[in-house]
Amino acid sequence: MRYALLSFTVPNALDALTDEERQRWLDDDAKFNAELAERDCVVGGEPLADPTTATTVRVDEGGRASLTDGPFAETAEVLGGVLVVDVDDLDEALDIAKRCPAARLGPLEVRPIRTEFP
Amino acid sequence: MTADAAVEEVHRREWAKVVASLARSYGDLDVAEDAAAEAFAVAVERWARTGVPDNPGAWLLTTARNKALDRLRRESTRADRQAAGHQLLEARAAASDDMPGTGPVDDDRLRLVFTCCHPALAPEAQVALTLRLIAGLTTAEVARAFLTPEPTMAQRLVRAKRKIATANIPYRVPASHDLPDRLSAVLRVVYLVFREGYTPSGGDDLVRAPLRDEAVRLARLVAELLPDEGEAIGLLGLLLLHDSRRTTRVDDHGDLVLLADQDRTRWDHDAIREGVGLAARALHRGRGPYALQAGIAACHAAAPSAAHTDWRAVEALYTELARLDPSPAVELNRAVAVAEVDGPGVALELVDALGRTPSGGALARTSHLFHATRADLLRRLDRADDAAEAYRDALARQPTAPERRFLMQRLADLCRCDSVPKLGTEPHQT
Repeated sequence: MRYALLSFTVPNALDALTDEERQRWLDDDAKFNAELAERDCVVGGEPLADPTTATTVRVDEGGRASLTDGPFAETAEVLGGVLVVDVDDLDEALDIAKRCPAARLGPLEVRPIRTEFP
Repeated sequence: MTADAAVEEVHRREWAKVVASLARSYGDLDVAEDAAAEAFAVAVERWARTGVPDNPGAWLLTTARNKALDRLRRESTRADRQAAGHQLLEARAAASDDMPGTGPVDDDRLRLVFTCCHPALAPEAQVALTLRLIAGLTTAEVARAFLTPEPTMAQRLVRAKRKIATANIPYRVPASHDLPDRLSAVLRVVYLVFREGYTPSGGDDLVRAPLRDEAVRLARLVAELLPDEGEAIGLLGLLLLHDSRRTTRVDDHGDLVLLADQDRTRWDHDAIREGVGLAARALHRGRGPYALQAGIAACHAAAPSAAHTDWRAVEALYTELARLDPSPAVELNRAVAVAEVDGPGVALELVDALGRTPSGGALARTSHLFHATRADLLRRLDRADDAAEAYRDALARQPTAPERRFLMQRLADLCRCDSVPKLGTEPHQT
């Protein structure tokens, strides 16, 4: 069963840390990633760049695309990274989420991957 | 016994076992719940004619299992699923049929309890699921007890079951390192059910009183399934001790009767005997919050009169509870005990200091109990004007109807005379 771990943080949350805090966070993150590699449960995932670098695309009913500069919604916390894991059940996904250093920077949403389509 | 009464008794005993066993076999709570409900409906109709079978539990399980298989067969044809998956279902059902006795069935009920009370579900969904799937209340009954429209409650149950299925919330007893946290979530649900039936947040008491029985039954089930867990034992003791006073808390007019004024001969002494025993066992196993609260309730229940209560023990238990699980409500109750040990002056200092803390200040802004407690202490210190003001502060903060009448009476008494009766405890101590 696959789950997406969606990390929400204030933009550039790592920049707000002191050098020392940031180094500790990066060390913890490296440890976390090594742990995940050992469990062999990662399907994929990446951290995302600053949302001010985003471009939002909308396609209307006539198929015309319009572009806007920036993320689709102006919110205090933005999607900062995605990790997809393949584990047995929600408890295992939650266990990974609780250890994920990103959860210390902001809320971490655990969402099952949709497998059935109508 | 009439057939209806027999079915009701079997329902109480067997419902959760049937649902839990089916949930394990078929991995789907919806299927399990519907099949169990259908089997009981057949039983109501058939047992009225033929009488209750020798082993009603086994009869129900077999009937429910057939209903579940019928449904799954129908749905798998419709969805055109592969025959292999279908055979697997049959094989799993057959395998679980081969496991007689109560061992695995009891484990199933425990699994079901932990699934219903999973922290990934909203608290009100946990409560609703537990009452529906474990206690066996109908959706209409759960809705009525929580003063919620039935469609809203049905929706809540559907959404919760869908989340369990879609997010794959597991059906198992948590590993030992998770057990304390997960058990405390289960116990919180049981306690919430009891609280709803005990101090109704509104509505007809008769409608909500059955929740107390359900909560006691749930607490008993959890304590039986986890006999080594002190907190589970403590919660059962606590509920039994509270419930032993159910007939004396209010008088014939629906007015509150203080603990000190209740007719102790009318307390349920069987419940007290069992509750005091459980409190002692719980405190021996570990001094968690429910064990400590059971200990406090035992001090009250075992005392021949309010004046003969071991207030020092009560105060010590509250002090321990405040250290373990700090909350302004616990501090307030501790102050009530301190008043009996060291006098109302010392207690008033504690209450006023509490009101100056951030969490205590929040309690003072919203809770009538804070002001009712202060008012009683001031009254006992002969500070009638201050006491009257505190009673008015309490009345301004939405007490329940019986509490309102009680506070109005106290206020009226203050204005009428200057002499003060000696001993008193406050509404939340009833």
